[in-house]
Amino acid sequence: MQLKVNGTLRDVDVEPDTPLLWVIREELGLTGTKYGCGIAQCGACTVLVDGQPTRSCITPAEMVEGTEIKTIETVEDTETGRKVVEAWVEHQVPQCGYCQSGQVLAATALLAGTPAPSDEDIDVAMVNLCRCGTYNKIRAAVRAASEA
Amino acid sequence: MTEMSFPGSRPLNLSRRGFLSGTAGLVLATALPLRPARAQEAAAEAGPPVPLFLAIRPDGTAVLQSPFIEGGQGIYTALTQIVGEELDLDPAQFEVVPAPPGAPYDVMGGFRFTGGSSSVRSSYELMRRLGASGRAMLIEAAAARLGVPASELTTKPGLVVHAASGRETGYGDLSEAAMELAVPADVALRDPADFRWIRAGLKRLDIRGKSTGQAAYAIDVEVEGMLSAAVQHAPRLGLGPASVTNLAEIEAMRGVHSVHLLDGAVAVVADRFWQARRAVEAAEVEWQETGAEWPLPADFSSDGYRASLLAQDGPGLEVEAEGDAGAALAGAGTVIEAVYGAPFLAHGQLEPPSATARFNADGTLDLWLPNQAPEMFLAAAAETAGIDPSQVTIHSQMLGGFFGRHFLYRTANPFPQAIQLAKATGRPVKLVWTREEEFLRDAVRPLGTARFRGAVMADGSLALSAEVLGEGPTGRWYNAPAGEDGSAHEGLTGKPYAIPNRRIGHVYADNPAVIGYWRSVGHSMHDFFYEGFLDELAEAAGRDPFEMRQALVAGSPRHVTLLSEVGKLSGGWQRGPYQAEDGSTRARGVAMASPFGSEVATIAEISVDGGEIRVHRVWVAIDPGSIVNPAIIEAQVQSAVALGLSQTLVEEYIYEDGAPAARNFDSYDILRPDQMPEVHVAIVESGAPMGGIGEPGLPGVGPAVANAAAALTGRRFRTLPLSGHDLSAG
Repeated sequence: MQLKVNGTLRDVDVEPDTPLLWVIREELGLTGTKYGCGIAQCGACTVLVDGQPTRSCITPAEMVEGTEIKTIETVEDTETGRKVVEAWVEHQVPQCGYCQSGQVLAATALLAGTPAPSDEDIDVAMVNLCRCGTYNKIRAAVRAASEA
Repeated sequence: MTEMSFPGSRPLNLSRRGFLSGTAGLVLATALPLRPARAQEAAAEAGPPVPLFLAIRPDGTAVLQSPFIEGGQGIYTALTQIVGEELDLDPAQFEVVPAPPGAPYDVMGGFRFTGGSSSVRSSYELMRRLGASGRAMLIEAAAARLGVPASELTTKPGLVVHAASGRETGYGDLSEAAMELAVPADVALRDPADFRWIRAGLKRLDIRGKSTGQAAYAIDVEVEGMLSAAVQHAPRLGLGPASVTNLAEIEAMRGVHSVHLLDGAVAVVADRFWQARRAVEAAEVEWQETGAEWPLPADFSSDGYRASLLAQDGPGLEVEAEGDAGAALAGAGTVIEAVYGAPFLAHGQLEPPSATARFNADGTLDLWLPNQAPEMFLAAAAETAGIDPSQVTIHSQMLGGFFGRHFLYRTANPFPQAIQLAKATGRPVKLVWTREEEFLRDAVRPLGTARFRGAVMADGSLALSAEVLGEGPTGRWYNAPAGEDGSAHEGLTGKPYAIPNRRIGHVYADNPAVIGYWRSVGHSMHDFFYEGFLDELAEAAGRDPFEMRQALVAGSPRHVTLLSEVGKLSGGWQRGPYQAEDGSTRARGVAMASPFGSEVATIAEISVDGGEIRVHRVWVAIDPGSIVNPAIIEAQVQSAVALGLSQTLVEEYIYEDGAPAARNFDSYDILRPDQMPEVHVAIVESGAPMGGIGEPGLPGVGPAVANAAAALTGRRFRTLPLSGHDLSAG
């Protein structure tokens, strides 16, 4: 099948129900998208599908044919993504960093749709787990990016 | 905190150099060297081996070999601040890489590990000397180059300067010549008053890469020609595979290379991990009892184990005592008794464990894996592979969280399976444990419990007797004898309070589960036990818990200051209950802890909403003696508060019928973003010997929250997690 990832159509030869996560990591070699739980609990595998944050670990590849898939590797291709990354650096958000690809993409999707989010908007959008507990810095960075 | 070294035999026969046995002894996680380790002392005499730690590239940037592994705690950045300060090179000019196993990187006296909140404090002097010696060598090389006496030369960041002639030479131009020189035995260190980077809140080196998906972890390793593997572990430790009854079907699945029966697991090796995983999960395995050394009993359960602990008689081995607690309690008017407890816990680091193994044509083995102790993994890998340790190369990887997960635990590390699979297939193999297989084989924080008896004496002093029941990880993995295993009682011992009649006993009892180190180790539960009971004594004495703690530490200026600081940070101590601006009724609790060489005081503010605790704010004052990076300290305290709150509110790893009930985050809750409180941190530098940072913020959180809950509800909560209690009940 063909998947459009980061603006490029890619031919992949996988079982149609292979989770998008593993297509991205193993077929396309893009390892910035992380495997954490495999059951859509943690959000480490978050990618954007047509701009929507999507847990790629439970998303069958066949379901996203014909969509625009964006991974962390190209997050800085948009103005919003650049602002989010700069805010992440300025606020020194990551610790171990393993969940942060998903956090950055979740924030990018939030701000793309809601440039000035309320606290409640942030609560609803920023639900990925972080075992290092960087939640306060994540919130501060989302705020800063929305004001940048 | 005491330094503990224990000689004696080793269960795992890991080392060619015997670094864990005989006279070398062992100083591990719960007890760290407060004096410089031998390697540092030796370095002080001969000068540290600068060229082995430090390379300066022609462009003037530096590469530093770190004895410690980066896993989010900021160690790489801290090391560049320390080395850079003395070398006179901006920390931003460094790249830091994990040093290979062995000398000279075994800087803790013949070994090293990343844990016990020890990396900075155990290497601080060595790293300073390393930088200072490197600077002296660069100056010496410049003196030869310029034909001037070294005494006429000075430096500014990255440059040797000859002020008299106005000439400057970059470190990059001098490095080759400098590293050929003898390392000076004795160099002057910078006056701390002139520090520019030590004590500054510098940004971390690894942040941008971690914000853009560029940071690579063990799970991202790719080796040419490798296959990928997944396992299905036996549902209970002690079982092993007798057969795979649908073997032909599994072997025929797409991408499958081969199916393997391993010790306690079935593995599928395939072209892709996803193929391997799908196949191994489809495998129908007949399990049978094996001769495993530590089988988990078929009826093992958390509840049963807790009951068996409580059935143990005291008083146990005395691990701390003053006065005569027994006599005091016998003569007391009212004796208060209470039992506290905490459950098993999973590490839940977000990166599932993995290992990549490659046998080379010459019989040597390369291994890429997460680890907190490379020498130990090297030795164990050699033993598994049946080759000499000199034939093994360990490639330590950035850790996607660790919290104690990546020590060597017999049945909890994937690398022995990866080695066996690489050997069997003749190909490099990357093995990843799924989250479900990780939950099944994690080395869990021990379930613990303690019995207290205490009294308020006629003169107002306290009498206290505590018995802690169970087994600590240092006893399990490093043969610390009962009575000398700090991990089994720290947090009940080493408290700062003047209690003239007290006795702490450890009642040793085997723990059938595979137990491990979990952030702040014994402190993660024992301070909760102790500080909760201390509040019960305050209540019995009719005293405010904050005021009583002030009185109990009155003889220690360090602790007086710390309590005062956390009180100020919180806007002045108030226990409550009181009405907050949002209309909620709130209360506060306080707790103190003395973990890993640092001192900590914590206040938490809570309300109860719909029967559940909501933690609004946490204030932490931490005194690590002296500091390197206040921004990293603040981040580590935030992180420790989050993990401490997670175990306080929601975490519980439950065994039933010999297996864990939870296999993933859908059935094992961890702290969510909407449960995170505001966290305010005050750093106090008392000038005491440098303490740890990564773990000390954790132990005070549970008791501060539980004590606040008592203030709010009038009820005592003596077991974790608090989600196990209905707080709405009267």
